[in-house]
Amino acid sequence: MSAARRLLRFNPRLLQSRTNKRTAAVTGAAATPPHTSVGNAVLFSGSAQCRRPEGRVTVHFINRDGQKITTSGAEGDSLLDVVVDQKLDIPGYGACEGTLACSTCHLILEQEVYDQLGHIIDEEQDMLDLAYGLTETSRLGCQVCLSRSLEGATVRVPAGLFDMRRADSSGSSSSA
Amino acid sequence: MSFGKKDNREHTGRQDVEVDIYERLPVPFGLVRFGVAPDHPEVKNVINTFTQTAQHSRCSFYGNVNVGTDVSVKELQQAYHAVVLSYGAEGNRRMGVPGEDLAGVHAAKDFVGWYNGLPDNRKLHPDLSCETAVILGQGNVALDVARILLSPMDMLKKTDITQPALDLLAESRIRRVLIVGRRGPMQIACTIKEVREMVNLPDTRPEMVAADFKGIAEAVKEVPRPRKRLTELLLKTALDVPTEKEQEKRSKASRVWGFRFFRSPVEVLPAPDLSRAAAIRLAVNRLEGSGEGASAVPTGEVEDVPCGLVISSIGYKSLPIDPLLPFDSRKAIVPNTMGRVQKTAGVYCSGWLKTGPTGVIGTTMNNSFDTARALLEDMDSGALDVSSAKPGSQGVTPLLEKRGVKPVEFSDWEKIDNEEIKRGVAMGKPREKLLSVDEMLHVART
Repeated sequence: MSAARRLLRFNPRLLQSRTNKRTAAVTGAAATPPHTSVGNAVLFSGSAQCRRPEGRVTVHFINRDGQKITTSGAEGDSLLDVVVDQKLDIPGYGACEGTLACSTCHLILEQEVYDQLGHIIDEEQDMLDLAYGLTETSRLGCQVCLSRSLEGATVRVPAGLFDMRRADSSGSSSSA
Repeated sequence: MSFGKKDNREHTGRQDVEVDIYERLPVPFGLVRFGVAPDHPEVKNVINTFTQTAQHSRCSFYGNVNVGTDVSVKELQQAYHAVVLSYGAEGNRRMGVPGEDLAGVHAAKDFVGWYNGLPDNRKLHPDLSCETAVILGQGNVALDVARILLSPMDMLKKTDITQPALDLLAESRIRRVLIVGRRGPMQIACTIKEVREMVNLPDTRPEMVAADFKGIAEAVKEVPRPRKRLTELLLKTALDVPTEKEQEKRSKASRVWGFRFFRSPVEVLPAPDLSRAAAIRLAVNRLEGSGEGASAVPTGEVEDVPCGLVISSIGYKSLPIDPLLPFDSRKAIVPNTMGRVQKTAGVYCSGWLKTGPTGVIGTTMNNSFDTARALLEDMDSGALDVSSAKPGSQGVTPLLEKRGVKPVEFSDWEKIDNEEIKRGVAMGKPREKLLSVDEMLHVART
């Protein structure tokens, strides 16, 4: 399947706002520069290479209700891309569409996976500060990219997303 | 009531539920359109999700309908099995000090409404000819105001800020903005992203009072992560020797911003001709206690700060929509348990009306999901009686017609949307907002 056909599967508006930021996860290169404004061109990992079965990475999502969903994405796809492409049922996931303006794509990783992903840029840390149920192995799904080393990884959707907590108990009391 | 954030998504997952949204303005999205700063377009991406929800076959939008005057809550209760109040906080907390009504003093809500094109605020015409602006409050709204006052024109002119605001800001003589809080650095209400934006704002330099940070480096060690990282950034900005690059930026900067702590407004002082604000008198506080619950206690000292623009950013406030509905005027919310309005079967609330006017989009979204789930639970348990059919909008639109009210449907909003985008293209902006209800209705009806 060519890159062009893959493009057609997406809601064009979502395409325009999906960030092109990728973390050091995949290549070990230095972290990408800070996000400046919307209108980032979408970096689209649509090469024919990624569409071959061998180019896909399997990941397991454990939903809030404990249900395990096994799915896959292409190398270079972010975990947010996977949730969107595979239409996983996680209400409210990825509200800002991968532009580091919210924490709704928060996922909890396994320790080994978290450790191997390496450096997290300030802008992601800033958003993680606002995430419900933040853990030591939390990441934003829009910033974590699939690579071979993530094959078979299990990620958990934080239960905290549906806490009956009041706004002021999350540690932030800011306005929209 | 304004667009109920995301609670609709949960509703429409069920085949048996239809949702109608009533909104006073001809345009949807509430604070996402009128509150989020123009230079934060990514925060507005949620509009895409809202749009998908609104376009769902079992969801209908009725704009230009004022609940309370065009149709009563009681009439809605008769027409629908459940009514969800999601109309947010359109009032603001007043400082309650002499001089608050002088020219040159504005509520942040109005200032933000002005640069974001809220029809009611289009005639604000703030005077930006002074050198110093003082903002009371240190939440994200206060930082948005500071940032809009100090951003280079190059940056602002590419956003959806209204053209009249842009034109006025281009002539602005404001060079210094102080953001004032009653308590200390460790009680600041804003979040780190917004502080980082100020620190990185081109052509500006920070100006803080080192003494305000006494004891903070020690105290920061034991606090939760979000507070810790934010405080560390403040400490670094206020006290650290800057890098060479940062020093160069600071020495060339033409604009100044700073936090001032331990200060509460006590009076806005007028100019000699008494026509406008010329200074603000601030009481000096000390802190009692520590952490989030610390309180500000006046010391008896005061300090006068000359300034020509005073923006009070000390909180929005919900207003009651109907005298028959319960309303807690102390907290300015509708009393509720998990979104179920107290003593009022079939009425729910979500968003800021439910919990008070704080929280980012994610917080409010979850808040709305909780209300939706409570409502669905009640449907399933029988606590909400859905056994007999109700007319829904068929019971409301005839009333509106009789009263000469013509709702704006979502497809009409899309005409307004397209017109705004079209006008924006001509200006090199994502959109050029229509600024009056009349103009919006005119485009909606063509």
